[in-house]
Amino acid sequence: MPEVHVPVARGDGALRTAAGRYRLMRLSRRFEETVHDQHGEGQVPGPLHLSIGQEAVAVGACAELRRSDAVLSTHRGHHHCLAKGARADRLMAELLGRESGYSRGRGGSMHVAIPSIGLLGTNGIVGAGLPIATGAAYAMQAQDRDDVTVAFFGEGATGTGAFGEAVNIAALWALPLVFVCENNQYVELTPQDVHVAGEIWRRGESHGIPGVRVDGNDVEAVREAAATAIARARGGGGPTLIEAVTYRWFGHYAGDRAAYRDSREVDSWRARDPLVAARAALDDAEADALDAEVEREIADALAFAQRSAVTGPGALAIDHLKETA
Amino acid sequence: MSTTATETKPLKMWQGINQALVEEMERDERVVLVGEDVGRPGGPYGVTRGLQERFGELRVRDTPISEQVLVGLGVGAGAVGLRPVVELMFFDFALIAMDQIVNQAAKFRYFSGESLPLVIRTMCGAGGPNGAQHSQNFEAWYCAVPGLKVVMPSNAADAKGLLKAAIRDDDPVLFIETLGLLTARREVPQGEEFLLPIGVAETRRAGDDVTVVAIGRLVDRALEAAETLAQEGISVEVIDPRTLAPLDAETIVASIARTGRLVVAQEATAPFSFASEVCTLAAERCLPQLKAPPVRVASPFVNVPTPVPLAESRAPGADAVVAGIRRALEGA
Ligand SMILES: Cc1ncc(C[n+]2csc(CCOP(=O)(O)OP(=O)(O)O)c2C)c(N)n1
Repeated sequence: MPEVHVPVARGDGALRTAAGRYRLMRLSRRFEETVHDQHGEGQVPGPLHLSIGQEAVAVGACAELRRSDAVLSTHRGHHHCLAKGARADRLMAELLGRESGYSRGRGGSMHVAIPSIGLLGTNGIVGAGLPIATGAAYAMQAQDRDDVTVAFFGEGATGTGAFGEAVNIAALWALPLVFVCENNQYVELTPQDVHVAGEIWRRGESHGIPGVRVDGNDVEAVREAAATAIARARGGGGPTLIEAVTYRWFGHYAGDRAAYRDSREVDSWRARDPLVAARAALDDAEADALDAEVEREIADALAFAQRSAVTGPGALAIDHLKETA
Repeated sequence: MSTTATETKPLKMWQGINQALVEEMERDERVVLVGEDVGRPGGPYGVTRGLQERFGELRVRDTPISEQVLVGLGVGAGAVGLRPVVELMFFDFALIAMDQIVNQAAKFRYFSGESLPLVIRTMCGAGGPNGAQHSQNFEAWYCAVPGLKVVMPSNAADAKGLLKAAIRDDDPVLFIETLGLLTARREVPQGEEFLLPIGVAETRRAGDDVTVVAIGRLVDRALEAAETLAQEGISVEVIDPRTLAPLDAETIVASIARTGRLVVAQEATAPFSFASEVCTLAAERCLPQLKAPPVRVASPFVNVPTPVPLAESRAPGADAVVAGIRRALEGA
């Protein structure tokens, strides 16, 4: 067995402090930069949708979550996974197609589900996490738990029928559900104005769902909005819709040069790096120490993945039905 | 799985289903039921009557018309500790939920390595004045999906025993009820532990001359055909797979190898269907023993009309099964 590195930012409470939140944002950034490099070297046998620039949304929204709360993620979900407590090493192994990955290296970035920590799935189908989120929230309600479900989705997903269905039933049943729209302003290769009519944060208005728009690059702003929504949901007050406005620094997928965007626009958003703001809340020595810790964690994660066996055809049939587990 | 039940009661299929739901909800509080009109009205065909009074509005819950969310409710709830039963009013509506069934439910274990207890109940087939969008048989589409079990009971007793087993199963099960059978009566074993195994075919009638594999509404019609032909000294074996996926191929193959003749009977249309799959099985595994080409007895490849007599004339009856068997016998 390879040695197991247990990182700090994990489990209940790891994101309760500004230091913990910065550390996780940094971890997510370095994780993605590392897999991006690996992708460039041909070591990632699958697509990669980077969330670099959007870290504050995942970390802020997950800051107040418990292990028993649920999160539904998307095709662009490494930051959600890490913020909900996924291990960097096993996630890295998954992306590198290794047996020790969360889905035995067969799923890749869009097919990670870790029910033991409440991460019910990244998803290759835009919008598909939203109906599942209503189910998790319904179960929490029916079991009389005070847990909540957070559903992340992009602005593009607001065009799906699944979004409309989910918002309606969440309001009807007062589900303990927080909708977090991560508006990074591009939907694949076209800007959001091709996709979105009206204002997303107001989409729940006629359902009686409170909506709020926040600066998605400000982890504290996201955390505060989420904390209010989560407390409301835990108390039986029903769903909230949060629109966190942010920006993806890279193309839709690793390899997309994003020629459809103006470089000045990209530069202006890069100048508003969410990590820089989060770091400013800490003293330099503390932040430096966290950075060094993250470097070690990422180096260990990469080494762990690289030491793991490449998933071969022998793993193909596993885990289809219980009989084939 | 053994049966401890001794007593039986003559029940209609819908009553067998109702009894299965009541017993499993009594036995395990994690079992919940969601669907359109399942609660207060007791189901559009009365299948779930009385359940909401008994188990409350949280466990038996009427939903809005949101088929994606309906199956999503099951996936999410199953993933965090419940054992949900989701009702999709008509099989035709499952098309709207296809993503949740195929891309989400059926892949949960593959992605996570964890169980997903989930039963999706739905109703197929002609039998009411429902027409081309409320009468279709899509079972084969779902049988083509890894990670999903597909069960299709042909009588009240099987419906009860298989539904109870499906609710206790740790994988998603698509449980297809048949409208034309809902009011058909059968002796149904009583007692909470009456369970029928998923993945095991039942030989309804033993015979030597020809194997008939029949599903759903065609099982009783095949038995009727077998009875008719017995008068002529023709010995027909009738197999009801009960579970379409994973299919009990061994039972079917063993029978075909012995009789050398195969007829597959179903209410669905023939192209790319369950019957086609069983014929392939015969070709792949029984070719040396086959004495005649396999025969598919199915609805013609046309839409289901709305008027009941017209719709009923489209579905194959016992006479069509008799004709199919004769063809299989003459084929050599
Ligand atoms: C149902 C569906 N349609 C189309 C796609 C192809 N696709 C993948 S990501 C994407 C854009 C999604 O945009 P958005 O929801 O805003 O998320 P973002 O990529 O901006 O994070 C599209 C169209 C898909 N995966 N699923």
